Amino acid sequence: MTGSTLDPSQAELIVTAEETGHHAHPDLRITGVLVFLVAEAMIFLGLFTAYLTFRAVAPVWPPEGTPERELLLPGINTAILIASSFVIHNADTAIKKNDVKGMRLWFGLTAAMGAVFLAGQLVEYFNLEFGLTTNLYASTFYVLTGFHGLHVTFGLLLILAVLWRSLKPDHYNSKHHFGIEAAEIYWHFVDVVWIVLFFLLYIL
Amino acid sequence: MTILTPLPDNTQPTDHPPTSNWRKYFSFSHDHKVIGIQYLVTSFLFYLIGGALAAAVRTELATPASDVVSPELYNSLFTLHGTVMIFLWIVPATAGFINYLVPLMIGARDMAFPRLNALAFWIIPPAGVLLMASFFVTGGAAGAGWTSYPPLSTMSPKAGELIWILSVLLLGSSSILGAVNFVVTIWKMRHPKMGWNDMPLVCWASLATGVLILLSTPVLAGALILLSFDLIVGTAFFNPTGGGDPIVYQHMFWFYSHPAVYIMILPVFGMISEIIPVHARKPIFGYRAIAYSSLAICFLGLIVWAHHMFTSGTPPWLRMFFMFATMVIAVPTGIKVFSWVATLWGGKLNLNSALFFAMGFVSMFVIGGISGVMLAAVPFDIHVHDTYFVVAHFHYVLFGGSVFGIYAGVYHWFPKMTGRMMNETLGKIHFALTFIGFNLTFLPMHKLGLDGMNRRIAEYDPKYATINMICTIGTYLLAVSTFPFLINAVWSWIKGEKALANPWKGLTLEWSTSSPPPEENFEEEPVILCHPYAYGKRPQVAPPSNLDAGATSLST
Repeated sequence: MTGSTLDPSQAELIVTAEETGHHAHPDLRITGVLVFLVAEAMIFLGLFTAYLTFRAVAPVWPPEGTPERELLLPGINTAILIASSFVIHNADTAIKKNDVKGMRLWFGLTAAMGAVFLAGQLVEYFNLEFGLTTNLYASTFYVLTGFHGLHVTFGLLLILAVLWRSLKPDHYNSKHHFGIEAAEIYWHFVDVVWIVLFFLLYIL
Repeated sequence: MTILTPLPDNTQPTDHPPTSNWRKYFSFSHDHKVIGIQYLVTSFLFYLIGGALAAAVRTELATPASDVVSPELYNSLFTLHGTVMIFLWIVPATAGFINYLVPLMIGARDMAFPRLNALAFWIIPPAGVLLMASFFVTGGAAGAGWTSYPPLSTMSPKAGELIWILSVLLLGSSSILGAVNFVVTIWKMRHPKMGWNDMPLVCWASLATGVLILLSTPVLAGALILLSFDLIVGTAFFNPTGGGDPIVYQHMFWFYSHPAVYIMILPVFGMISEIIPVHARKPIFGYRAIAYSSLAICFLGLIVWAHHMFTSGTPPWLRMFFMFATMVIAVPTGIKVFSWVATLWGGKLNLNSALFFAMGFVSMFVIGGISGVMLAAVPFDIHVHDTYFVVAHFHYVLFGGSVFGIYAGVYHWFPKMTGRMMNETLGKIHFALTFIGFNLTFLPMHKLGLDGMNRRIAEYDPKYATINMICTIGTYLLAVSTFPFLINAVWSWIKGEKALANPWKGLTLEWSTSSPPPEENFEEEPVILCHPYAYGKRPQVAPPSNLDAGATSLST
């Protein structure tokens, strides 16, 4: 083989020797979800940074006259959301053992916990003594928690969609369970964002 | 180490019927090639609209008096000119090239997520129509400049401003969905024999662009969400009387909009890095330097946003950081420019329209880059802030840069995309008119700015009248220059001479398939035999061992 004389115009000859057909790609959808979540994380990061800047510039924080915030209800809510991340993880373990029923159970439980979280957030909203435009703290509070609530709602819809699809026979099994994994990853993401949010808005 | 070589077959015109069915370009196709062309054609239509808006602006500015349009309409005209050109022309046009080229260049059948890709495109036309429709709502289209700074934007007519926000949010989400696709495709779907350092430079540039979009665009979305709350429900995020801070908006806005200039120029850098070596018949000078400088630009682009805010009350110590960080960007950019020039140096130049536009790009971009370094210096920036010097600078970068590069890309890849050659004479007329019109329009603006003429004003001191008239004449010439291109593109697409699979004898993989490529891009898995820029070099390794049987026919 005298490779050194190979010139590009002759290269077509080589094609005949190459096996035909394309190489297969692994499933890239999980990578896609992770890359998308980078963008999601950046939008929250932007809003958090804005919040911290408002806070750093303000002479008093929260501004004078902001009513006291109740910590009990959001505290319970936070605990429920954190717990739900562990619950949803069991669904992954279940489906990897081909246990669709178990997966449905854990997903159903997660959905219930998510719904309780959202209900708790609504109760909190109705009991707060400040509105969206009361002051800058109130505005950031509602926009940040509301935007997060929107993400919880979307996560809930994902979980319900997975549950709906799992009714079809053999739709998910130990090898094909992208929907389950995607919903789970998204749910963990929403959970982590809430922990940061809770720390920023309620504790700090 | 793999130095491999793609296959430049190309002695026969292609058998595939060239783009026989035009209807597929109006359908929800999943084919990245159709989507790429959809992006390009749509964005070009918006380029014509944006150009018409610019012509209207320059017509008003031809004479010192404000006598052509009302002041409110003038504000809307330049606001939408900027918005359309950035969000509906350059960003989607470069996204179109990325969509078309990347899967072909890495030897893949399609993007990682074809349906998502189609969705990302189909967000654009409705968002663009929505934006243009805002001229007809109460109070007219948004008039607070493309930056939409509060409090100006929160005090202007609400309807137009809200439509502007909605439209930009839609276009931003389209761009994020596209970026997810670019990054995953380049990261995971390369040909098994294509290592990171064997990737064509368009792929490196597209990867950097995708990362920039993912990291910066969401922050703009955050800013616009807060701004829309200020507009609709009267919160005070950016209103100091309620404790808010308009400077926070500027930070969030520029955290996107500075990287946005790299989102617009990086893919073009990649395209120029393909076009110059092919038409100069030389290996690209400093492949790795060009590849890694894209990543350096990506990183530096994210940490310099506040140089747009030197006059916004930024503390001096912070301005120092942003000044030096900005100047450092000249290093990776300079590396690219030197590499292009070194590639041209001593090359056997194929002086066609694509190379003319590529060289026009390099020379014009250098002027824009130099005025950019000038503007990075705080004292100089304070002097010329918001004057026509700034307008001249960013038009040299975005028109002399991105637009020239996009034109070069069209001339270079038109045969691949349509299976037809473009007319060279019309192409050269197009280049000459564009080059002269462009410089006539924007070169005098440096002088206007140094003399102190503000941007965003409809009425000005008569002492600026002569130069403004020259600029306006240049604009009309620029408008005329698009006609040879339009005629050429449409006529060649239908009637042009049939193209070979590899009319320019390129070495990247897209040239190894037919023109236009078949469904799923390659009849067979493409074979890579040398580095994509190894012109005139001997292959540095033998073909893969499993080819020995077939390769013996070469041992002559």
